[in-house]
Amino acid sequence: MNFPFLSSLILLPLIGSFFILITKPGKNTNNKSAKYVALFTSFSNFIISIYIWYIFDPHIFDFQFVENKSWINGFINYKVGIDGISILFIILTTLISPLCIISVNNTVTNKLKEFLIAILVMESLMIGVFCSLDLVIFYLFFEGGLIPMFLIIGIWGGSRRVYSAFKFFLFTLLGSVLMLVAIISIFWINGTTDIVELYKTGIHVKYQYLLWLAFFSSFAVKTPMWPVHTWLPDAHVEAPTAGSVLLAAILLKMAGYGFIRFSIGLFPVASEYFIPLIYFLSLVAIVYTSFVALMQDDMKKLIAYSSVAHMGYVTLGIFTMTQQGLEGSIVQMISHGLVSAALFLCVGVVYERMHSRLIASYGGIVSIMPRYAVLFMIFTLAAIGLPGTSGFIGEFLILMGAFKKSIIVATIATLGVILGAAYMLWLYKRVIFGKLNNIELIKMLDLNKSETFILVSLAIPTLVFGFYPEPLLNTIEVSINNLIDTYNYQISLIE
Amino acid sequence: MANIIFILPEIFISLSAMFLLIFGVFKKNSSATVYILAIITLIISLILIINSQTNHEIYLFNNSYKIDQLSNLMKIIAIISGIFFMLSSYDYTKLTNLSNVEYSTLILCSILGMLVMISSYDLIVFYIGLELQSLPLYVLAAFNRNKIQSSEAGLKYFVLSALSSGILLYGCSLLYGFSGSTNFYTISQNIYSHETKNVFGLVFILVGLAFKISAVPFHMWAPDVYEGSPTSVTLFFAMVPKVAALTVFIRFLYVPFVNLIDQWQAIIIFLSLSSMIFGAVAAIGQKNLKRLIAYSSIGHMGYALAGLAVGTNSGIQNSIIYICIYLIMNLGIFCCLFMMKRNGKFFDNLEDLSGLSKNHPVISLSLLILLFSLAGIPPMAGFFAKFYVFMSVIEKSMYFLAIVGLISTVVSAFYYLKIIKIIYFDEPKEKYDNVNFIGVKISLTLSTLLILLYFVYPSGLINLISKINII
Repeated sequence: MNFPFLSSLILLPLIGSFFILITKPGKNTNNKSAKYVALFTSFSNFIISIYIWYIFDPHIFDFQFVENKSWINGFINYKVGIDGISILFIILTTLISPLCIISVNNTVTNKLKEFLIAILVMESLMIGVFCSLDLVIFYLFFEGGLIPMFLIIGIWGGSRRVYSAFKFFLFTLLGSVLMLVAIISIFWINGTTDIVELYKTGIHVKYQYLLWLAFFSSFAVKTPMWPVHTWLPDAHVEAPTAGSVLLAAILLKMAGYGFIRFSIGLFPVASEYFIPLIYFLSLVAIVYTSFVALMQDDMKKLIAYSSVAHMGYVTLGIFTMTQQGLEGSIVQMISHGLVSAALFLCVGVVYERMHSRLIASYGGIVSIMPRYAVLFMIFTLAAIGLPGTSGFIGEFLILMGAFKKSIIVATIATLGVILGAAYMLWLYKRVIFGKLNNIELIKMLDLNKSETFILVSLAIPTLVFGFYPEPLLNTIEVSINNLIDTYNYQISLIE
Repeated sequence: MANIIFILPEIFISLSAMFLLIFGVFKKNSSATVYILAIITLIISLILIINSQTNHEIYLFNNSYKIDQLSNLMKIIAIISGIFFMLSSYDYTKLTNLSNVEYSTLILCSILGMLVMISSYDLIVFYIGLELQSLPLYVLAAFNRNKIQSSEAGLKYFVLSALSSGILLYGCSLLYGFSGSTNFYTISQNIYSHETKNVFGLVFILVGLAFKISAVPFHMWAPDVYEGSPTSVTLFFAMVPKVAALTVFIRFLYVPFVNLIDQWQAIIIFLSLSSMIFGAVAAIGQKNLKRLIAYSSIGHMGYALAGLAVGTNSGIQNSIIYICIYLIMNLGIFCCLFMMKRNGKFFDNLEDLSGLSKNHPVISLSLLILLFSLAGIPPMAGFFAKFYVFMSVIEKSMYFLAIVGLISTVVSAFYYLKIIKIIYFDEPKEKYDNVNFIGVKISLTLSTLLILLYFVYPSGLINLISKINII
């Protein structure tokens, strides 16, 4: 196991973007070659990550594929490695990135080269986030992601792109600086920022509460949790389709991953203490943003608010601290990654044709775009969490976990499922069914080959994992059990 | 006489400056030659300094001049930044008719003054160095005689700087009166109690020094002088004197005032906090790029001071690392300014950058990297600079300083993002000339690559700086 798989996963997109950089600007042919380079690198990354999943041993709770190199003298090592939780997110990243690049075909017209570079850099940073085993390295990747995303929203976004890009950048940065203070404090308290070491030694209880809050401030903005979620609808609405997809599918998952890896793993006592806060915020997110989503007349905004609600389930599930809840959260994150990506792509498809995101300007599409209607239906149902889709597994497990902890919380959370069904089905009804009022819609063509390919390749895992979630659950089971065991052990030490 | 090797660089620069002045007087149209000879002088003196590297501490002239790791390293940094300053501003000065003989020689004199300042171990030598550094700067600020702002900048800088020098000198005389010596070490031996009189001397000197590095509340001169001076001179202001002033700061705090640490720590923390906050907030409304850089430099000085406030060796080292990275970033930004030329005119307003990415992708990309670095976003070098400083700050549990500092980076990120927005998101303006300035291009490429790829091998700079041991 000496081959540095993870580093090559991180480096490959960077090398690819370098090659894109040196292709000459201008001519169409060259843009094509830039695109092939981008596709090739991101797709080979996908193959490598699948191979890693294949040789990954799910029965070991330790980190695997660990690479450890001295980086900043005496302070920080470059340490990467994966366990059952991170591997799934890495595969999600490597799956979504090539799809984004394919979707660029239709959406991005100017500065294609720069756009591809931004996506590839983004991919490399996101993979870095999920496999870093050192807090500083994690922070580096976590914050570095702001740069390409800021540019993606700002350069290729819609009319209010500047406002959205600034809001996105400053909100996230403000949340994260406190995390930086916490990371440095941990270094001085424990003498290391190596996560594996920190898991072993634990952090003294008297520091845990403040450190937890500092990490929370960063992850809460990124998740996003109510009341700091306001950047998300803006960013989603203004970002180009590929940007929205990356944002919804992967960027939001960084925070969920961070909660599992850091908040629970490093500060168990504080996590236990702050559970009521998380429950409260998650429930508000689930119920309140569902109502907000119900009232939207912009499709992208509606899906963005539904993302906030879905991430509310995720945070709720994580902090139930039960096996079902945690497994459910991870499945929910993967599922939301696939489904929200697909939904944004679906909106992108009609937006390209009509240049309108307003629900009111559509209706009766089913008769002109039957293939689109079918695929949109699959994802709508998956977003609701219909049995047979991956969304169901996630929500069901989370609610199971929540019922174990508190019946009231679980009951309120279940309310969100109904609301979710309401706004998604209503959206579907208004866009796809009904009378074909808008004459211009008749000119719309059904999905072309590349669009069909993207949506189908997202639909397959959604359905497969809906019927047969074993591969996901098997991979994470040992890691989750280990996490819960250490958690309970640390809590018992205090009592 | 064996020790003369250690002061050879200073002697060489002073002789060369005098020679160049005379050479320029007797030979017509020799400004370009003098300019290049001045660069060569700096390169030779750099070699001389590296050649005289020593692990010992050497005292010259009756203990009034000290050569140690700190002074050696800071001199090397100052001269290297001087060389890059001259390289990158060569074409600018030529096109704006600044590069006459006096320009090059004044810069040499100023750098000489900085070297003296860096090595000084005695109040009088320190003051001579300071004045030798400052006097050429007054002239340089007013060098563009056709522009009224330039004269205004020169006069403003002269009057305010003279005032601060006066305060500084008053502090020196108080210090001499209380300790009976002008030697730094003797002062540190004689001043150890927290008596009010000692604190008086301390405060007067710190005020004078704070003025030199434009820390709030002694920053008033910086924006006007930065904006009014010719761009090349502004670059000089933004780079080289900072190195010297920071060294003197370190020297004063950790040799004569080392026993008053409880007293000056509060002052430095205040200077640092107010500079960080003010630099971040005041830059937001600026429309001129040079003025904006002035405010941002005030903010950055605040971060460098935060490292000094800690009172540990690692704090000092991290401040120096901060300054080094800051110099590189500044150089890059100014190189981009030197390239914004259209029909023989240079531009320095923010709106002139509008849509630069369309016509000048390479310059825009460099600016993008440098600005994100200035904002302190990883993985650029600017992030590491801040990271190291706050590492030391938090080591001593100064959480308030760390949190306020980091939050003001978020505020300052706003105006850096605003520039990026203008470059990348706005509609393009007229194209700038395709300039072929070799010096600018070399400096820009080098600084951008150093900033971007710093994360690959961050230990190099740390190893270099870690030789410095003050305490």
